[in-house]
Amino acid sequence: MVQLLESYDFEIVAAVDNGPALLDALVTLRPEVAVVDVRLPPTFTDEGLQAALEARRRCPGLPILVLSQHVEQLYAKELLADASGGIGYLLKDRVLNSDQFVDAIRRVADGGTAMDPQVISQLLAGRSRREPLSTLTPREREVLKLMAEGCSNTAIAQRLIVSQGAVAKYTTSIFTKLDLTPADDSNRRVLAVLAYLNGTRADVS
Amino acid sequence: MDVATATGLTGRALSRALYATGRGVLLVASAALSLALLVATVLATAFISLGVGVLLLPLVTPLVRRVTGLCRDLAGRAGVPIATPYLPAPPTERGVVGWVQRCRSILTDPATWRDLLFLLLNVFVGFVLGLLPVTLLVYSVEGLVLSAGFWMLMRESGVDFWYGFTPMDTWPHAVLGALVSLVVFAIWVAASPGVVAGHAYFARTLLGPSERAEIASRMRHLSETRSDVINIQATELRRIERDLHDGAQARLVAIGMKLGAATRQLRTNPDVAETLLVDARNATASALEELRCLIRGIHPPVLAERGLEDAIRAIALESPIDVDVTADVPGRLAAPAESAVYFALSELLTNIVKHANADRASIDLRHEDGALRAVVIDNGQGGADASLGTGLRGIERRCATFDGTLVLSSPEGGPTVAILELPCALYSPRTSSF
Repeated sequence: MVQLLESYDFEIVAAVDNGPALLDALVTLRPEVAVVDVRLPPTFTDEGLQAALEARRRCPGLPILVLSQHVEQLYAKELLADASGGIGYLLKDRVLNSDQFVDAIRRVADGGTAMDPQVISQLLAGRSRREPLSTLTPREREVLKLMAEGCSNTAIAQRLIVSQGAVAKYTTSIFTKLDLTPADDSNRRVLAVLAYLNGTRADVS
Repeated sequence: MDVATATGLTGRALSRALYATGRGVLLVASAALSLALLVATVLATAFISLGVGVLLLPLVTPLVRRVTGLCRDLAGRAGVPIATPYLPAPPTERGVVGWVQRCRSILTDPATWRDLLFLLLNVFVGFVLGLLPVTLLVYSVEGLVLSAGFWMLMRESGVDFWYGFTPMDTWPHAVLGALVSLVVFAIWVAASPGVVAGHAYFARTLLGPSERAEIASRMRHLSETRSDVINIQATELRRIERDLHDGAQARLVAIGMKLGAATRQLRTNPDVAETLLVDARNATASALEELRCLIRGIHPPVLAERGLEDAIRAIALESPIDVDVTADVPGRLAAPAESAVYFALSELLTNIVKHANADRASIDLRHEDGALRAVVIDNGQGGADASLGTGLRGIERRCATFDGTLVLSSPEGGPTVAILELPCALYSPRTSSF
């Protein structure tokens, strides 16, 4: 991981291998972005996640990208709960595609979000029968999914091969249907959407 | 003590004595039935040598068990619960062979003989103990009626009447009689419940399972559940082996081949090599996905990382229907119990989604009195039956290996309530390092 990141011109300020040391490093060094594994010594349970959550409680908005062998909505919900941005939660598989992975790290460092597509599709599948998501058209769903992954309107337009204007139209329509006031900040937008999907209405101002 | 409490206590004592007297009447009836059935059983057994007994015994025995059942029931109401000791009836064939088989299973069940001994003793014990409360009550009422003035009527008709040790001939004697009858009444109130409870203890010595029978039934349960565990585990291992063989292992071979081919093409045909490398990367992702699914089936990561409560919250979140989870489990269970409860609840939830036609469910999870109790309720159509679906039966069997139980109430039209109970110890919560 250190090699990979260095090859993309990241400067590694610390590499630690257990939970308490991680929390210590996060809080004292306050890196521009941290990449954290959920399972760490000494207990090999969710030490990494706990350290990340605790570090963000102490330093709100500290950008952290959490990696794991599996994604859980429960953890995603916990990570998103503070709604302060700069958070990512990805499957370790995503590291295989290093360009996209590094892209995600940069997005998180800039205060954006990077949620694993699996989290998003689980969320959408799980809640699809419920109001008001059921009012979305398939295309709007797709846009919402990409938005939740952390894509900007430009990126969405590229991925779906449509004009930016069309994407803007979709997003406006999504916000109207979901009863959310559109905001300029794309991250807040994503957080709002995810928070909404998780059943806790976020304040979008 | 104020007046209200005193009245309340007296009222309760009176009603207890009355109930006991009622049960006493039933005990007297049971004594009479005991006599009749004792004779019937002895005759039926004796007639086995003539052949007719083979037909009679299986007819009489259920009646015997009815009466002993009544005595167990009465004992239970007197606060002495008695478990049923009979061996389960083996499957029997039709016709004469079936009758002989039934006869044999009745005669070889030690509980049958203990029942007979009970019948024999109950003819006396049940009669005496049952009659005692009734007699006391009748006698005290008689005394009160006499001393209230009825004695004068008796004397006028020329009968010399005694109540206890008092001749009822003058008012002072009548007052004495009244006092005696009050004492008898007090004895009735105080002693009746005890007398009936005494019969209950007597019944327990003969009608409850003997220590041997209890050990035998425990052994039967253990050997059944042990073979279940072995079967379930063997099936699981077989499934894991197959999944690894057909899944991850095959994928790794494919990846290796693609990498080999890419290496060969790298110099001469870089474009083809790149395609192969991308393929290999995608195959790695599929292999990882398959392993993830497999691991979830073996031991879900959330369960390992967070314990039962959060693992259940996680499946609730992923369920397509609304699932409310309330939990009070202050600690961790032993890993096997945790995993058993997790998979049982996960399967119950899957069942609800698949069959119940419900849109809401709730799971309540708590650890009380040395057992974990999970209550799952859904608002679906009901009509679930453990004896029909293999899924529910499977959950029952897996719980049984932990001496756990699954109780299902699912009336047609719903709601369905499933209660899972698993005796297990609770360990202190994992202390977070932060």
